[in-house]
Amino acid sequence: MNDISQAIPFLGKRNPKAALFALVVIALVSPVVAAMFGNTWVRILNFAMLYILLSIGLNLVVGFAGLLDLGYIAFYAVGAYTWAFLASPHFGLHLPFWIVLPLGAGFAALAGIALGFPTLRLRGDYLAIVTLGFGEIVRIFMNNLTHPVNITNGPQGIDQIDGMSLFGLDLNRGLQITEGFQVKSLFLYYYVFLAFVVLAVILVKRIQVSRIGRAWAAIRDDELAAKAIGINTRNLKLLAFAMGATFGGVSGGLFGAFQGFVSPESFTLMESIAILTMIVFGGMGNLAGVIVGALALSFLPEVLRYIALPVQMAIFGKVFLDPEVLRMLLLSLAMILMMLLKPAGLVPAQSRYSKADLLGDKEIAQ
Amino acid sequence: MQTLLQQIINGLVVGSVYAVVALGYTMVYGILGLINFAHGDVLMVGALVAYTAITFFQAAIPGLSPIVYFALGLMVAMPACMVIGYTIERTAYRRLRNAPRLAPLITAIGVSFLLQTLAMIIWGRNYHSFPQLIQTAPIEVVTGVFMTPVQMTTVGLSAAMMVGLVLLVTRTNMGRAMRATAENHRVASLMGVDTNGIIALTFIIGSALAAVAGVMIASNYGVAHYSMGFMPGLKAFTAAVLGGIGNLAGAMVGGIVLGLVEAIGAGYIETWSGGWLNSSYQDIFAFIILGIVLIFRPTGLLGERVADRA
Amino acid sequence: MITLLEARAVSKRFGGLKALTEVSLTINKGEVYGLIGPNGAGKTTFFNVLTGAYTPEEGEFVFNGSELPLGKPDRIVNRGIARTFQNIRLFREMTALENVMAGHHIRTKTGLLGVLLQTRHTREEEKLTTERAYELLKYVGIEKHARTLSRNLSYGDQRRLEIARALATEPRLLALDEPAAGMNATETVQLRNLIETIRGDGTTVLLIEHDVKLVMGLCDRVAVLDFGKKIAEDVPAEVQRNPAVIEAYLGGAHHAA
Repeated sequence: MNDISQAIPFLGKRNPKAALFALVVIALVSPVVAAMFGNTWVRILNFAMLYILLSIGLNLVVGFAGLLDLGYIAFYAVGAYTWAFLASPHFGLHLPFWIVLPLGAGFAALAGIALGFPTLRLRGDYLAIVTLGFGEIVRIFMNNLTHPVNITNGPQGIDQIDGMSLFGLDLNRGLQITEGFQVKSLFLYYYVFLAFVVLAVILVKRIQVSRIGRAWAAIRDDELAAKAIGINTRNLKLLAFAMGATFGGVSGGLFGAFQGFVSPESFTLMESIAILTMIVFGGMGNLAGVIVGALALSFLPEVLRYIALPVQMAIFGKVFLDPEVLRMLLLSLAMILMMLLKPAGLVPAQSRYSKADLLGDKEIAQ
Repeated sequence: MQTLLQQIINGLVVGSVYAVVALGYTMVYGILGLINFAHGDVLMVGALVAYTAITFFQAAIPGLSPIVYFALGLMVAMPACMVIGYTIERTAYRRLRNAPRLAPLITAIGVSFLLQTLAMIIWGRNYHSFPQLIQTAPIEVVTGVFMTPVQMTTVGLSAAMMVGLVLLVTRTNMGRAMRATAENHRVASLMGVDTNGIIALTFIIGSALAAVAGVMIASNYGVAHYSMGFMPGLKAFTAAVLGGIGNLAGAMVGGIVLGLVEAIGAGYIETWSGGWLNSSYQDIFAFIILGIVLIFRPTGLLGERVADRA
Repeated sequence: MITLLEARAVSKRFGGLKALTEVSLTINKGEVYGLIGPNGAGKTTFFNVLTGAYTPEEGEFVFNGSELPLGKPDRIVNRGIARTFQNIRLFREMTALENVMAGHHIRTKTGLLGVLLQTRHTREEEKLTTERAYELLKYVGIEKHARTLSRNLSYGDQRRLEIARALATEPRLLALDEPAAGMNATETVQLRNLIETIRGDGTTVLLIEHDVKLVMGLCDRVAVLDFGKKIAEDVPAEVQRNPAVIEAYLGGAHHAA
């Protein structure tokens, strides 16, 4: 958590404790603040949390191991559809989340391995194009697997998906604390998602500062040299791929439960690109950057929607750029301009793959 | 037998378009080692510019022969795409030539989406019906096997473009400079080749080819819209890999083979899969082929270049 | 003399070009063994075949009593052969310390689960890796740059770091590909001392070098390659007198002029 709080401007480096405290407070009260502007913003916040999870997962693959995956959203789809199949009236199954979520993650991981296996011997660009194709294949299947047995229900998607239930608490119902005070479902989901994000950050941090994280960074920086120090590059790339896919699968499950509805429309190439842009925007490879990027690019299009539309109406009397176009414009420009002008990203913090304090007094003061 | 023959003809038509687009990918890859993700979208721009130009000329100078409108459309679309191709190379890719591996790739994806977005802003989200200037009434070539004039034009034009390109690369000084640059930038520039100019030229030529391909696709299907470049782009890339990326002959062979596999596959997939799959799965053939090629023969059918360059 | 590495009739072709023709040589435990030859003689190819970057068409290597797997870099490193590169290849986004820690990868065992749960074993191993890496930086004399990104190190320090990283894999045989290339006189002397120290500590060294003076002063035995064939293998003094070697070098010089 520390290097994330340290990314907070001004406060972060000078007073790490205060920064960490500020971070926790912000994380806890932000849905309350968002709710003041209307429930829509809490929903947007919840989706932002899912995007953070996805970005953290994709960052494992792209930022750490240096493998460009352009079909990442397919793993999200696998997770979401797993939930939809196993916890909705579609097949009449209503399994609990602690079965469905790991299953979704597992299927996604398997898909990741199956996809990575043939391509990981090759140059990175091939991987990019194969993953791109994979994303499209998954979408084609989602759209068409309706006969002779209706599996995916085609473009209409699957609805009435069960919500999440934790320890007997149905997140869709909200939590009645006293007679007059209820924590709304939207808020509950936010805190659950937040917990997942925190867990993800802790786990990814641990991987980063480990022999696995270093091996990934080595492969990313120079694959030949990585082989020359005995790193089994194929297995480690597969591991990165599978781990990233697992994150996608988990996020997909959460998405299915929260949204209550899945359809192929949520898993377009545009979404894969959006997540990639979030990483690039914030700063590939460093966690704080990735989180900032995901937050910024989740909220910016929404803010634009509320500003740009009225402005256009006022000036031209008609809307030239609808919100979806604005979002695409923003994302594509962000991607190009960041690469050209600030390739290290908005938060160009250095990623570390070792712990300073492990040397103790061995290191001479410099 | 007639069905098969018909599918072969359909495959040749589609395949020849893939081949033309694949040439653009393979030329850029051969010279820069970069997958130009935006290439498919240049094709889309070509189709939409031609659409606008044809509509304009039909209104401004009515009464000309349809072929003239068609030619005018091409004559506007090609330079437009050449300018776009040059601009992309100049503003985005050139700065990143020595950047870390992922940077140009990611930029290329950004450019691709930017082109789509701009097209969406200019031409809207809707499908535009592309003027059918060349006859679409099928002609019976062999008993029970049909081919439309627009299909014939497609094959003819594609063949002409391919022959032209091959002559340019193998018979002219410019072509020699291109091959030299592809071999080794530094040495080529020491030998007096303006490598920057040659790279720009590669993009310009590739984009002109893409413009023609875009117009052909729009003429065949009768529609043009902002995302029409994505699938042909992806498939043409597959064709380039199939033939051996970086290799001109390979791109052409790959394009034709892919077109044939796709058409024949689409014709029979329902029978083969016992009704589970149908022709809406046509698009998966390209990816399956891509996967198989990468596993078993990553250098492609005609390729000698090692795909696994460190 | 105990044999550490024996190359038996190793051949490697690139298309029609024979880069190595039935090269056989023997490296003894504890010596510094030099491999020299004019440009294009096949030195680096031999290196790449030995370390698994290329697979030879014919021949085999016997290392420390058993055959080496061909073309499997990671397993070869595991058996105890580490290498450096002619054109330095470090992990540019990692610090000097982390580069060496990465080199320790193959000698550590922690799996994904251990990392995720941060078990005691994981933490101990991580601490050990960190300390060992620091010791190695000290060993090659660049410990004060432990926290510097490797790409920001000076040229000479990058060379040393690459050697430290190779040593982190705990090799029996350290293979150095032109380590003195691009170094000035002072740096070359320091490098020489470092190699002496490494030998003194019991690691066998295989050295490819252009700098004939360095090779002759440092190596216990030397092999000479020319056009992919071994034309001599002996102590430096004998090799220098060998007419075939003189011919190869003078011939090479003649062509170059």
